[in-house]
Amino acid sequence: MNMAESHKKLERNVTLLAVGAFVAVAIGGIVEIAPLFWIDNTIEKVDGMRPYTPLEQAGRDIYVREGCYSCHSQMIRPFRDEVERYGHYSLAAESMYDHPFQWGSKRTGPDLARVGGRYSDDWHVQHLKNPQSVVPESVMPSYGFLSDTTLVVADPAAQLRALSHVGVPYGKDEIANAETDLAAQANPDLDGEGLAKRYPKAQIRDFDGDPSRLTEMDALVAYLQMLGTLVDVNSAAAQEELATEKGR
Amino acid sequence: MESSLTKVGLWFALLVLSILAVAGAQDSGFAVHMWIFAAVAFGGMWITAARYDPLARVQGIFHMPTDPTRYDDDPIRWGVIATMFWGTAGFLAGLFIALQLAFPALNFEPYLNFGRVRPLHTSAVIFAFGGNALIATSFYVVQRTCRARLAFPALARFVFWGYQLFIVLAASGYLMGVTQSREYAEPEWYVDIWLTIVWLSYAAVFIGTIVRRHEPHIYVANWFYLAFILTVAMLHVVNNLAVPVSFLGSRSYSAFAGVQDALTQWWYGHNAVGFFLTAGFLAMMYYFVPKQAERPVYSYRLSIIHFWSLIFLYIWAGPHHLHYTALPDWAQTLGMVFSVMLWMPSWGGMINGLMTLNGAWDKVRTDPIIRMMVMALAFYGMSTFEGPMLSIKSVNSLSHYTDWTIGHVHSGALGWNGMITFACVYYLVPRLWKRERLYSLRMINWHFWLATIGIVFYAASMWVAGITQGLMWREYGADGYLVNSFADTVSALHPMYLMRAFGGLLYLSGFVIMLVNVWKTIAGCIRVEVPMSDAAFDPEKDRPIATNRAAVSGAAIPAE
Repeated sequence: MNMAESHKKLERNVTLLAVGAFVAVAIGGIVEIAPLFWIDNTIEKVDGMRPYTPLEQAGRDIYVREGCYSCHSQMIRPFRDEVERYGHYSLAAESMYDHPFQWGSKRTGPDLARVGGRYSDDWHVQHLKNPQSVVPESVMPSYGFLSDTTLVVADPAAQLRALSHVGVPYGKDEIANAETDLAAQANPDLDGEGLAKRYPKAQIRDFDGDPSRLTEMDALVAYLQMLGTLVDVNSAAAQEELATEKGR
Repeated sequence: MESSLTKVGLWFALLVLSILAVAGAQDSGFAVHMWIFAAVAFGGMWITAARYDPLARVQGIFHMPTDPTRYDDDPIRWGVIATMFWGTAGFLAGLFIALQLAFPALNFEPYLNFGRVRPLHTSAVIFAFGGNALIATSFYVVQRTCRARLAFPALARFVFWGYQLFIVLAASGYLMGVTQSREYAEPEWYVDIWLTIVWLSYAAVFIGTIVRRHEPHIYVANWFYLAFILTVAMLHVVNNLAVPVSFLGSRSYSAFAGVQDALTQWWYGHNAVGFFLTAGFLAMMYYFVPKQAERPVYSYRLSIIHFWSLIFLYIWAGPHHLHYTALPDWAQTLGMVFSVMLWMPSWGGMINGLMTLNGAWDKVRTDPIIRMMVMALAFYGMSTFEGPMLSIKSVNSLSHYTDWTIGHVHSGALGWNGMITFACVYYLVPRLWKRERLYSLRMINWHFWLATIGIVFYAASMWVAGITQGLMWREYGADGYLVNSFADTVSALHPMYLMRAFGGLLYLSGFVIMLVNVWKTIAGCIRVEVPMSDAAFDPEKDRPIATNRAAVSGAAIPAE
């Protein structure tokens, strides 16, 4: 029986045709995506990664809300020019707590994977309020309203709880203190000791130049200023660990 | 009477639930969306209770014929109108964001900033314009090729209106910042659940109609529609797995993180192209090209090979969106290899479509609808060559993150999806509204050339922009330092962004001509115009050869 003849069976039976088509389209995804969840070296362990603080996560939510990923990637490729321009190429572990990932697909603006610490808070605030005032060639929209908008997180604890449901290791301590941690990170007058212990390398200060209130600008700048700062990619230990890694 | 009372009760329950959700809403975006639900419920309740049928009135405005002995074409007529409406919205949004990139002063914070309008543009053209075209044509094709009316007519209407509600929720959400940031899957969890319900109903109507068919064989166009519906369901459900922060708030967090999340998203993203914008539109090609050309499909065997190889290979190509990222190398290479292989079935489909015109190639000259279909297939062929080329890692290292990708997407979207949709709508409108012919064939010609020239401007400027930017990013001077700052590369693109916007304007102008043409056809007008194809005839010259005037005047001339 030739191909066309045997195919007629499928053409006469919608169930067979549907099952056949579904099997054909399911295979690729199963073979490519599923192994990423159990092959160990998909994400190589690095020191320094920790979940986002409540304020950083709130800033990240604003980053997502405004569609920043439309124009900014957070994924430095291992090329000489990118590494010189943006810093060490991105490691898989650096986005292991990113729900959702923000690697992006287009660079209308520069990569932001390691933008943390590159500019001052003042620069960021000025740039977000009026990008062309600091970069005349920029085509970025202005985000002045962030400074005028009080940060509202309906339930910071619920946010961390939802993230813990999808695998981010927030413990009871982090969830219970979410609300105080949120406020403490942008206000040095509050007690930031617990925050600093729970989230190593957390930057605690007023970010938007207006200490009197907690704004969306505080959150977004706090997020931008921590991007790429957690892992010391250039430390000898990190390199050594990568070199001795098996199975590559 | 009792059943209408129950219906009123159900609508009322939905109304109360929506208002409770508004009261408890955690954020303003969610509250607005619940108000929209409440408005729909109130409208439903009022219509049921008052037995007032606004649709019947509106159908009068749109001159919709009714005849229960014919195929069930009402949802299709609505689908054509929705396609035209959302096309206008999507193209306008596209032109707007193109101009924003050339003139950043056109950003109006916060609602009309580029980052919020861009997903509005992509969703409006892909899901609203393309999606309505797909639903409408699939309902048209499946009835004709099965010789049966739509199964579950009430459900078919729910699919149409439910899908419009999905579009409204998605679009208004983007402007309010309600987004998951997954490209082409931005709507949040509750809108995703709504779309899942609508989509499964769509599958039920489509498959139900096939089950009730009076033809022994399922026609090839329906294979493609079927694969498109099933695969989109699978992609949509898996890619949108997420945990909401609160059941009364819009924010949710993706079930996956980092690497796994990225590949899941681009497995979805690439196959939104592969199944929404390719398999579904190929189904349109397999029905409407043979119909308009009045020729059978070129090769039955090629259709079989085309179908199975296309759907099997496409699903593997996702990782080519993640070349040189932190995605494991083996997955990147697999994605690249399958993307290159994908070239073959893609061109197999193009050849099957183009060769259908065997023996009818003269129609490219005389029939502007055929001309549009041929141009669509030509752009399909070009984009499906460019795609595999861009998926080769060394090419991708230059093209990725640049406007080359945008150019590639638009040669496919404007050239292939746009042109084939226009051709199908031109085919459908006179038939659906029982008109003798379209209002004007010459206006299609105008549309064709405006669209084609628009695409050329668009694609060419984006090629230049992409390659310019890619090369400038990696340019080193003799001193061993990078030559260009990032800002330098932005200002270098300004002229290309202007040309791109101009191309978009041409494309939109062509579409406006189409709107007029379609509206006039629906209204029953026929434009008096010189036909597109007529052999030249000059009555003045229609006489025997005469040697001089005398012969004409009839005077006798002596023979020599």
